[in-house]
Amino acid sequence: MAPSIVSERPRESLMSSQLQAPEPEHCPGPESEQAGKGDACDGCPNQSICSTQLPKGPDPDMPIINQRLSQIDHKILVLSGKGGVGKSTFTSMLSWALAADEDMEVGAMDLDICGPSLPRMLGAEGESIHQSNSGWSPVYVADNLGLMSISFMLPDPDSAVIWRGAKKNGLIKQFLKDVHWGEHLDYLVVDTPPGTSDEHLSVTTYMKETGIDGALIVTTPQEVALLDVRKEIDFCRKAGIKILGLVENMSGFVCPNCKGESQIFKPTTGGGEQLCKDLGIPFLGSVPLDPRIGKSCDAGESFFDSYADSPAATAILDVVDALRDQVELSVEGLKLN
Amino acid sequence: MELQEAPNSLKNVRHIILILSGKGGVGKSSVTTQTALSLVNQGFNVGVLDIDLTGPSLPRMFGVESKQVHQSTLGWVPVSVYNDPASPRGNLSLMSLGFLLGNRNNSVVWRGPKKTAMIRQFLKDVVWGTDDIPLDYLLIDTPPGTSDEHIAIAEELRWAQPDGAMIVTTPQQVSTADVRKEINFCKKVGFNVLGIVENMSGFICPHCSECTDIFSSGGGKLLSEQLDIEFLGNVPIDPTFVEMVETQNNDVNEKKLVSLYDKSELKPIMAEIVAKVVNKNLPSRLQ
Repeated sequence: MAPSIVSERPRESLMSSQLQAPEPEHCPGPESEQAGKGDACDGCPNQSICSTQLPKGPDPDMPIINQRLSQIDHKILVLSGKGGVGKSTFTSMLSWALAADEDMEVGAMDLDICGPSLPRMLGAEGESIHQSNSGWSPVYVADNLGLMSISFMLPDPDSAVIWRGAKKNGLIKQFLKDVHWGEHLDYLVVDTPPGTSDEHLSVTTYMKETGIDGALIVTTPQEVALLDVRKEIDFCRKAGIKILGLVENMSGFVCPNCKGESQIFKPTTGGGEQLCKDLGIPFLGSVPLDPRIGKSCDAGESFFDSYADSPAATAILDVVDALRDQVELSVEGLKLN
Repeated sequence: MELQEAPNSLKNVRHIILILSGKGGVGKSSVTTQTALSLVNQGFNVGVLDIDLTGPSLPRMFGVESKQVHQSTLGWVPVSVYNDPASPRGNLSLMSLGFLLGNRNNSVVWRGPKKTAMIRQFLKDVVWGTDDIPLDYLLIDTPPGTSDEHIAIAEELRWAQPDGAMIVTTPQQVSTADVRKEINFCKKVGFNVLGIVENMSGFICPHCSECTDIFSSGGGKLLSEQLDIEFLGNVPIDPTFVEMVETQNNDVNEKKLVSLYDKSELKPIMAEIVAKVVNKNLPSRLQ
């Protein structure tokens, strides 16, 4: 039977549903070692439940997650503090570009639980995942490109997933623990929701032991977006994730009528390139706005197949090359140490 | 026990409108800003509450990033963005987590319970309006998605009789798919959907005035027809608005965003959208 969030609830959510009341503000988390003992636990109606959940050892699921992830060579997070800058678009482009090499096995994982867009962009909407002995099988959009998203588990594409953080963590854990990507995966590209919250904390915690190659930061040129992106970079530094580089999306638009270029999102503070200089992170390139990118994404087609010669496609492929250089460089660096 | 009444901070607020969208970066904050400006231009007193905790953009949109929230005997006083008793315009104030951060580049890495507590505190402790000068409209700008922040605000407003939600989308299907989810969320928690605004619908080339649909077009209108929700209007992409936001100076009268906005081509478009909402004549929360 195909797993579905209606028939099968993640185990963690059952656990948190045993709590009688909402967690207090500084709740150490019912799974943590401090559960029931922290300062915030005094007076919490759940204290007795949490403190009796002993013994607390390392998470028993971690070895399984580590084993799954050890079959993946490169793990890349696509991050941005801001929404709508093109994280999912870029994830899909990156996946198509990597999967263009037939010898490469690529996986794409969509951690945006409240607004999953990858299935549509990769043309896999309405599919469902299947369960086998080895775990959940991702949906294959090409022979060597698998995709996992919550949208495959929803009864109706329009249903809202109204989940608090704890429940989202449960699902992310299951994605990492139960999804069978095959014997070996060269690249796993993880698309994330905007912000710096539960999803980001969970995925970095769970993937930490096997190591994340790094994060690709996506931004648009205007200061309002850069403001949020700086926060995301701060988060990466706090969480100890290497930043592979930054790509500036939607920079400049060439009018198809008169070929005149205009800056729709004006880089009043110097845009992504200046930000990279200020913070000392690699700038991977900028991708111009092209209405055909949006159309390809809506249709779920590979932009490279349809418009291989467009300037945007060239720009994206340059960024992908620069990114692969960064990933392979960092791996060589590790070997040298 | 949970009290079955609205939070105390809302006792001088006539109307509450949420700005929602399942998708990020469609212009919720931009539409919130422009709705606030349009209401202020019509003489209403407006308050804006930013509950996007991990990515607050409104302080920058209104040019008040360096301001501080002050505490009075009644509670936290929102930052005043515009207050000119001599002008026929109303006043405008803003509350955001951005004001409480020490450094603007600091990230707020919070899990759900802490975000819920912060929103609860915003609704409990912020003083909106006074007995003499009540607030006509409180606009609540939200982060994308349907998660902790949204559940928290729905719980807090449960007894507060909000007017409802304005839904913002961009025209492409990737965006409307997420917005459908948000509309389902509104149905589940009982928020009235006031209408759909299609943002970034077309771009007028400054060189040749040709309109290009960068993010396709008509998606918002189609969505409103399919779901039988009022369509409030199209807002085109206007780079000059972004420029206006970036060049404003809230300390100089002529350079305040409210004054700059008078020259914007978006002003009449937004005024029409806002008029559609105001003309619904929804009952005031105050007697």
